[in-house]
Amino acid sequence: MRLSSIFKSAVVSTLLVSSALQAKPVYIATTAIVEHPALDAVRDGIKQALNDNGYSGDNLKFTYESAQGKPDIASQIARKMVGENPDIIVAIATPSAQAAVTATKTIPVVFSAVTDPLAAKLVPTLEQPGGNVTGLSDMANIKEHFTLIKEFVPNLKVLGIPYNPGEANAVSMLESAKVVAEKMGIKIVEAAAPKSSDVMIAAKQLVGKADAIYCPIDNTIISAVESVIKVGIDAQVPVFAGDTSTVERGAIAAVGYNYFDLGRQTGDIVVRILKGEKPGSIDVKMAKGTDLYVNPKMAKRMGIEVPKAVLEKATKIVK
Amino acid sequence: MSLYAFLGTLEIGFIYGLVAMGVYLTFRILDFPDLTVDGSFTLGAAATAALIVSGVNPYLATLLGTLAAACAGIVTAWLNLRFNILHLLASILTMTALYTINLRVMGKPNLALIMEPTVLTPFEDLGIPAMYLKVIFVAVCAIIGGLLLSWFLYTQYGLAMRAVGSNKRMAQANGIVVKEKVYVGLALSNGLVGLAGALFAQTSGFADSTMGIGTIVVGLAAVIIGESLFGTKSILVVVLSCILGSILYRIAVSMALNADFLGFQASDLNLLTAVLVTLSLIFPKLRSEYKAKKAKRKKV
Repeated sequence: MRLSSIFKSAVVSTLLVSSALQAKPVYIATTAIVEHPALDAVRDGIKQALNDNGYSGDNLKFTYESAQGKPDIASQIARKMVGENPDIIVAIATPSAQAAVTATKTIPVVFSAVTDPLAAKLVPTLEQPGGNVTGLSDMANIKEHFTLIKEFVPNLKVLGIPYNPGEANAVSMLESAKVVAEKMGIKIVEAAAPKSSDVMIAAKQLVGKADAIYCPIDNTIISAVESVIKVGIDAQVPVFAGDTSTVERGAIAAVGYNYFDLGRQTGDIVVRILKGEKPGSIDVKMAKGTDLYVNPKMAKRMGIEVPKAVLEKATKIVK
Repeated sequence: MSLYAFLGTLEIGFIYGLVAMGVYLTFRILDFPDLTVDGSFTLGAAATAALIVSGVNPYLATLLGTLAAACAGIVTAWLNLRFNILHLLASILTMTALYTINLRVMGKPNLALIMEPTVLTPFEDLGIPAMYLKVIFVAVCAIIGGLLLSWFLYTQYGLAMRAVGSNKRMAQANGIVVKEKVYVGLALSNGLVGLAGALFAQTSGFADSTMGIGTIVVGLAAVIIGESLFGTKSILVVVLSCILGSILYRIAVSMALNADFLGFQASDLNLLTAVLVTLSLIFPKLRSEYKAKKAKRKKV
């Protein structure tokens, strides 16, 4: 008797308190396969977009888990998140997205930084995917990237690309890079780096073969990109990147989105779902970017000058 | 921990229970430290996924994936027995080769099974919610696997294998063909690991070239946790405690994932897991030491 009355009053007071606080906070659960600056920037961008749309402080619960590069942990995280019944699950990079999509058919899943969502079977189509999944692809505009490199290195014949043959994103990128390069009369030389400790050796393999090195958006390469840059300085081979945040770490130039922006664009999709749209009726977006980052100091150290035309276009000049 | 998260923990725990049994078979029974598992786990997953995607029946695909992984074990045994390459090194060589082979088998680094039929498909019409169905299925697989393995280790052949592990010379002197036992043991061990990989790919929706990394650590942790908490008195208990050890390991990971409230960050996961596993290892020792002290005091 006494226990039940205590229970009742507890329930009543909880109800009173919660009605005083109005609506319960929006719960966004995010997860990424691994932590590195680009993927972390995606997460921060998502949060920023939520804040900009009025979801912050008390009315936002935002959690983040990293799978530390292990797909089994990604799978466990996905299940844990589904159990917490968040409003939306945001999954960054392919294995995390696949684990989340497998774990729930009802909770909306928004993926981000997945290069090829169709090959990853996250959605059946990019337009109006249906179901509970949509998101943002970071398939780079490779033609734009190569055109930029040609501005720096006008007689570019051979372009070296270090990449991880074990990473889905990197392989899709390389395949489309080859197609684009052929049309532009550029030859691609690839160097495999299955682990971040192999990146340095891969970069060294390209020296003497390539007129320039292009670091694609590849988790392994990006996480050890400093070793490529060091090789570029030592061997006087210019190093370019597929994402702007890598320019801040020492690549000469990149055109595209930065990952924070990519996170923001992902966040916009999240907000649309929060406002009542069905994930299945939102097209999978391609990341947009108009940023041009240049690093003149690094260009000099790698033995080239930044063309004036490029300097004038640059949205950011890294000091 | 929510029910769904708990079921997910159990599911992955049961799957890795098979890995733990495989690791137990090589490390404890055969005294053969075998790192092939990091590659054969992925091989089981990769071969099964590639076959399913190309239209093969999931059950047949799982069987073939398991056999492929068993063959990887045979290669390690062959390198060790035929060419006298140190067991550890032989297994590292096979594991390294498997990375490339797995990429070839899949044709790319990641194969999605999200929309493909799996071994679970025939049961989906039974009306059991998916979250329970997966757990029940992998639990049945792990327990049957465990029972079959301990039955095997009690047979004449299994006893001979145990003899090889504990004293090779003595076993040889008693007319046991040592090499054959090592071949069979490694095939069996990697087969179990490959089966785990195949099940993981099907319940998690993908096979990925990186999925095997650290399998050996997880397997060993599960074996040791199981042994230290449930003892090593009988083979049946040890084999089944591989499953329990694996589940406890996953619970430790889950707890580490839920540790936000203590001010931990996502990047602290590995350390937290290591600490939790270490605690579970220390606990039985501390308890027995405490008991021994108490007993001594009583005597005095």
